[in-house]
Amino acid sequence: MSDSPKKEIDDVTGVETTGHEWDGIRELDNPMPKWWLYTFYACIVWSFAYWVVMPAWPYLTTEGWTYTKGVIGYDQREIVARELGAVAEGRADEMKQIATLTLEDVAADAALMEVALAAGKAAFGDNCAPCHGSGAQGSWGFPNLNDDVWLWGGTLEDIRTTLAHGIRWEAVSDTRQNVMMAYGRDGILTRREVTDVAEFVLALSGRDHDADAATRGAETFGEQCVTCHGADGEGNRELGAPNLTDAVWLYGGDRASIIESVSNGRSGVMPAWGERLDASTINALTLYVHSLGGGE
Amino acid sequence: MADSATSLERLAAEAAGNVRAAADPHGADGERVTAVNSEKNRPLYASRVKVYPKLVGGTFRRLKWIVMALTLTIYYVTPWLRWDRGPSLPDQAVLLDFPSRRFYFFFLEIWPQEFYYITGLLILASLGLFLVTSVAGRVWCGYTCPQTVWTDLFIHVERFFEGERSARIRLDRSPWGIAKLARKAAKHAVWILIALATGGAWVFYFADAPTLAADLMRFDAPPIAYISIAIFASTTYLLGGIAREQVCIYMCPWPRIQGAMFDEESLLVSYKDDRGEKRGPHKKGTSWEGRGDCIDCGQCVAVCPMGIDIRDGMQLECIQCALCIDACDAIMDRVERPRGLIAYDTLNNQQRRKAGEPQRLSILRPRTIVYMAAIALVALIMLVALVNRSTLEISALPDRNPLFVTLADGSIRNGYELKIVNKEHRERIFRIDIEGLEGAALTRPALAGEEGSTVLVGIDTLRTAKFFVSLPAGMLDRLRGGEGMLTFVATDLEDGTRAERTASFRGPAQ
Repeated sequence: MSDSPKKEIDDVTGVETTGHEWDGIRELDNPMPKWWLYTFYACIVWSFAYWVVMPAWPYLTTEGWTYTKGVIGYDQREIVARELGAVAEGRADEMKQIATLTLEDVAADAALMEVALAAGKAAFGDNCAPCHGSGAQGSWGFPNLNDDVWLWGGTLEDIRTTLAHGIRWEAVSDTRQNVMMAYGRDGILTRREVTDVAEFVLALSGRDHDADAATRGAETFGEQCVTCHGADGEGNRELGAPNLTDAVWLYGGDRASIIESVSNGRSGVMPAWGERLDASTINALTLYVHSLGGGE
Repeated sequence: MADSATSLERLAAEAAGNVRAAADPHGADGERVTAVNSEKNRPLYASRVKVYPKLVGGTFRRLKWIVMALTLTIYYVTPWLRWDRGPSLPDQAVLLDFPSRRFYFFFLEIWPQEFYYITGLLILASLGLFLVTSVAGRVWCGYTCPQTVWTDLFIHVERFFEGERSARIRLDRSPWGIAKLARKAAKHAVWILIALATGGAWVFYFADAPTLAADLMRFDAPPIAYISIAIFASTTYLLGGIAREQVCIYMCPWPRIQGAMFDEESLLVSYKDDRGEKRGPHKKGTSWEGRGDCIDCGQCVAVCPMGIDIRDGMQLECIQCALCIDACDAIMDRVERPRGLIAYDTLNNQQRRKAGEPQRLSILRPRTIVYMAAIALVALIMLVALVNRSTLEISALPDRNPLFVTLADGSIRNGYELKIVNKEHRERIFRIDIEGLEGAALTRPALAGEEGSTVLVGIDTLRTAKFFVSLPAGMLDRLRGGEGMLTFVATDLEDGTRAERTASFRGPAQ
């Protein structure tokens, strides 16, 4: 410090000042209480003890970075694992009921339903959100699960079947299976027939269309499409054939998209979750998806 | 206990020996005393010099007994008061129920979102503190502060086991032996008991007291209860028994702040130097002419729990407990001089006396009037808020992911999470309606478990219910920029009470 060695004594208190001055305010150089000093020493001792007791210092070994573990073996990962285990154990009863009761019985029990929806939401985020979106809003080629349109049915049982066995999931034999053929690419229909059918499909859902082409397309539709989509185009859930008269389009409802669907076919895939998730999770997911607004 | 200090002659003789006492701050062999925390006695690296306050009798001591009894009673008894709120709610009058997020204060029940009542109470408390301080100084510090009350209690315990001031000084000076050890051990044991009781009472504010008490006895209470008791017991023991006046001097910010609360008209515990000086020993029968009333007996210093000399003037250390007033009044009676050499006095009155003007008090002055007005205003606001406290609230949180859903028939549907708060102590059934969006229809998830749009909300709880609102394709032109507004209305089926909440309805931008 370059302060002058001259001692300054405060007139009022008679105490020496530190010699510093801020806007005319000077600091008295009063003695610090001893207990404060001891508290400071105690903090130093404490920090040394802490280093020994708790995980503290990182260091490099031949295998890479590690750290001193501390003598009491405190480990937050272990604590998290233990707490998660405790939660799972606390919920074991409910999860068992969700797995064994009928879905209707679970839904009728408000307390059980609360657990099921929470578990379903969590499982949805972990497993389903990558395709269906975190809000189950879907995207191009991945159905929106909030709406009232279902390819394979929207009852609890339908949803559970789809979840457990998947769609076109070849690893399981009883997966939901159908074929939308590539009528254009495989040469089943001519280019002209494809565009005509597309005009007819546009007409089915009341959109702008070429009436002449649609009339021609109706004929082709009657030959090629009614087996699955039905005579009036309302689809067939037994076969997973979409309703072509409604406002919801998985692959787009504009002319170009419809032409592409007819030409190249569509064959989206959903895994069979029954292989990967336990019964309680499948049931919880079923109830959660059902609750999103489209459940029947 | 033989009180050697009753002899005036002895007091005077001791006072005469004050020079020697400075080197020997406690004068263990007599009543010769100095203020250990007075400025000239401050060493460079300050070890604490123990203060041995002497017991004094008088008005303020009695007042302090009463305040101590009152505050301790309030503290220990409050958790045990009962207050009937019906079968499904706690019957503890004052309960901070963190697990269920409710604060109960007799008739008042505070939900987390109503914490502003607590804020209001704290504002009222601080304004009250400002007012009291500007009128009569550190009344809070001197009488009601827990630090003061518990320290006072601990000093009385110390006095019970170790004797009066001089005996305590002698005991501390004496070599360790069975007797000293026994006295000290007994004192600390009682201190620890008091400290445990203090921590023990604290936890009862946070759980049902009788249940928790039984659990504590069976060693079956939650660990946090024992941890809280341990923390509060150890801090009580440390702050009340060991640290004492140091808490006020070094740790508490209030002595620094309250300097801004005093003014020249504040009544502060003061030594009237205009009357007391020149001080000095006085022989019985001699004249009081040409000298002050202070006989320099040092009693004001001996009784001071802060270890200061009030005659040095207003000091940061002084908590204004007024015990020096009692001590001095007793001496003044004895030497047959008027009481009040040390008294509640204002700076202005000191000036007026010196100028020969009549003394007067002005309690009502701009500063106090402003505080009183502020207190009245805050109290009024809180009262209005309390009277108008609604027992029904509804909020509607629109789904954000997805914002809207297109249904098969082309209509647009939005999802809402309705939260309905029922603060009444009865179950209520509400009907939910929507208003303000023409053509919109209200539906619920297929397995909602309730008929139509009715929602049952339990006693004193919040209920979350999912609702859907859909707008037919033909009505979508009602949305401007893809957004419309609607109002959810919850109506109590029993008494018709209503609550509304407006929310937005989103659709595709047209």
